[in-house]
Amino acid sequence: MNAPNSYTTQPDDRGHFGAFGGRYVAETLMPLILDLEREYRAAKADPAFQAQFDDLLEHYVGRPSPLYFAERLTEALRVGAPEGMGAEVWFKRDELNHTGAHKINNTIGQILLAIRMGKTRIIAETGAGQHGVATATVCARFGLPCVVYMGAKDVERQQPNVFRMKLLGAEVRAVTSGAQTLKDAMNEGLRDWVANVHDTFYIIGTSAGPAPYPELVRDFQSVIGREARAQMLARTGRLPDLLVAAIGGGSNAIGLFHPFLDDPEVAMLGVEAAGHGLDKDHAASLAGGFPGVLHGNKTYLLQDADGQITEGHSISAGLDYPGIGPEHAWLRDIGRVEYDSATDTEALDAFQLLCRTEGIIPALEPSHAIAAVARRARTMRRDQVILANLCGRGDKDIFTVADALGVAI
Amino acid sequence: MSRLAIAFAADRPALVAFVTAGDPTPAATPAILDALVAGGADVIELGMPFTDPMADGPAIQAANIRSLAAGTTTADILALAADFRARHPQVALVLMGYANPMLRRGADWFAAAAHQAGVDGVICVDIPPEEDDALGPQLRAAGVDLVRLATPTTDEARLPQVLGGASGFVYYVSVAGITGLQQAAQSSIEAAVARLKQHCDLPIAVGFGVRTPEQAAAIARVADGVVVGSAIVELVARDGADAPAAVTAYVRTLADAVASARKVPA
Repeated sequence: MNAPNSYTTQPDDRGHFGAFGGRYVAETLMPLILDLEREYRAAKADPAFQAQFDDLLEHYVGRPSPLYFAERLTEALRVGAPEGMGAEVWFKRDELNHTGAHKINNTIGQILLAIRMGKTRIIAETGAGQHGVATATVCARFGLPCVVYMGAKDVERQQPNVFRMKLLGAEVRAVTSGAQTLKDAMNEGLRDWVANVHDTFYIIGTSAGPAPYPELVRDFQSVIGREARAQMLARTGRLPDLLVAAIGGGSNAIGLFHPFLDDPEVAMLGVEAAGHGLDKDHAASLAGGFPGVLHGNKTYLLQDADGQITEGHSISAGLDYPGIGPEHAWLRDIGRVEYDSATDTEALDAFQLLCRTEGIIPALEPSHAIAAVARRARTMRRDQVILANLCGRGDKDIFTVADALGVAI
Repeated sequence: MSRLAIAFAADRPALVAFVTAGDPTPAATPAILDALVAGGADVIELGMPFTDPMADGPAIQAANIRSLAAGTTTADILALAADFRARHPQVALVLMGYANPMLRRGADWFAAAAHQAGVDGVICVDIPPEEDDALGPQLRAAGVDLVRLATPTTDEARLPQVLGGASGFVYYVSVAGITGLQQAAQSSIEAAVARLKQHCDLPIAVGFGVRTPEQAAAIARVADGVVVGSAIVELVARDGADAPAAVTAYVRTLADAVASARKVPA
């Protein structure tokens, strides 16, 4: 396939990223989606909107997040590496954001859009609860009622985040339909939206869904990559050789990657969740899925021969979604970004490695990225630089990790 | 004239009856479809089960789950359609469902398979006119009608686009919401049908939330067809493979009500 002149001109005016994306929604929602797109174009061109977004990111979220050279991790990965090998490992510290993950970059942007559109009620879906917490947070900040749909199984597994959302004033509705996890929560969010189109704004948590969501979530999350690019240039005078990020729906990854897409010297690696292994239960839609249509967009999906959606599995509740954002599907197919995966076990090992070498407890989502970093660093020269997105902190995961390690707490 | 055109050309409004294919099992479906016909349904809407039916309410969601749990496959659904066609050469049959199962083997494959099974039309919930390329041209090439959905949120500006590629009939979704829950005010239905009639010559069938013969009759006075789904699916949920008797009796009350309603001259 011929390389385009720029990788940053997608989507087209129909919301397509190559063959992916689009607006596959019921007719009831279609006018709303088009409204949202018009309003988003206007907001994007409005300096006052940008200024308010930037101000909140700085003073409420705590941006810019640091760029950090992980010296002890770098040294640990050089042990046993071939002579002259073992790239430097740097982290974009988005786990230091208010609410502990990158999710809030997006919810700030979307709630400003909701207010601009005169919407008075917010709904969201959540898997592990991180996006639910980030949505409940901005709803409290702006005084809007918030309903979060969460699969009943996830409600059970993620009690601390359920309580956080309630403390923040959100109503958490346990979804008992289907498989009772993230995809079913998203179905229920769409059902609520279709029945409350007049006053409700749906804050989608990842760079997926019908256009313009993949684009606007990417744009709001691209603050990660813009900061990282400037910080890396300021600190080292050069760009990184490889970017690495974990992928569920793919919002932290596209946020890091997008501002670098037109830098040909920067390679990129997205890391899917391989769960128990790619030949067993996993959540790697690119590695083990096929193109299809779900939740408003065309993308790679875990599905059977008849197009029925199958359940993703990952130790990380934030990664076990059976789809992936359409821009990643496109970037994979044109070859600009490489995609790999890490298993539950590899992520757990990486989790512990970062705890002990850097004094940072990462979330299980970026632990998948760190697992891939550990593999890659040893194959790269010592003067090369890997920049990975540390997109969330691990406080929420300590029970899961304790359980996996056979520790009672 | 196509079977759909004939069904709607009768001198009375048409009754469109929905059930989910394979609910409770593929083996039970033929008798349930026959029960719809015996009760007087003019058009059969056969729902294709999907794991993620995001436009459906609790009744049809549960029907999807029952069907998939019974192992219903796309091949089963097409076989049910083909067998129905053999038993009922004249009764119009429409497949209704979501994009992913329809597109899984390619739109050309699905359109050809639907045509071969004797399917007259297809309703796809999540392919709006903006994404018509995904399935519309293939259905048209195969001679299968693409039934478009119009809703209370479809504004004047969008109507030409929505109705442009439509054929067979237009399905007016009378409430902004999911299937089976509330019913729209009669006045809003009248106004919407009148508006649609200004933009197209296709028959207009109205559905979502229709349960009683009285509701069906009221709609039949202003529209060309009435769609009933969740209320029938609930009988299947209650009686399972024994549902045909209750289904026929219930559909008969609807058909009588619809037939007795005066069709308003266009």
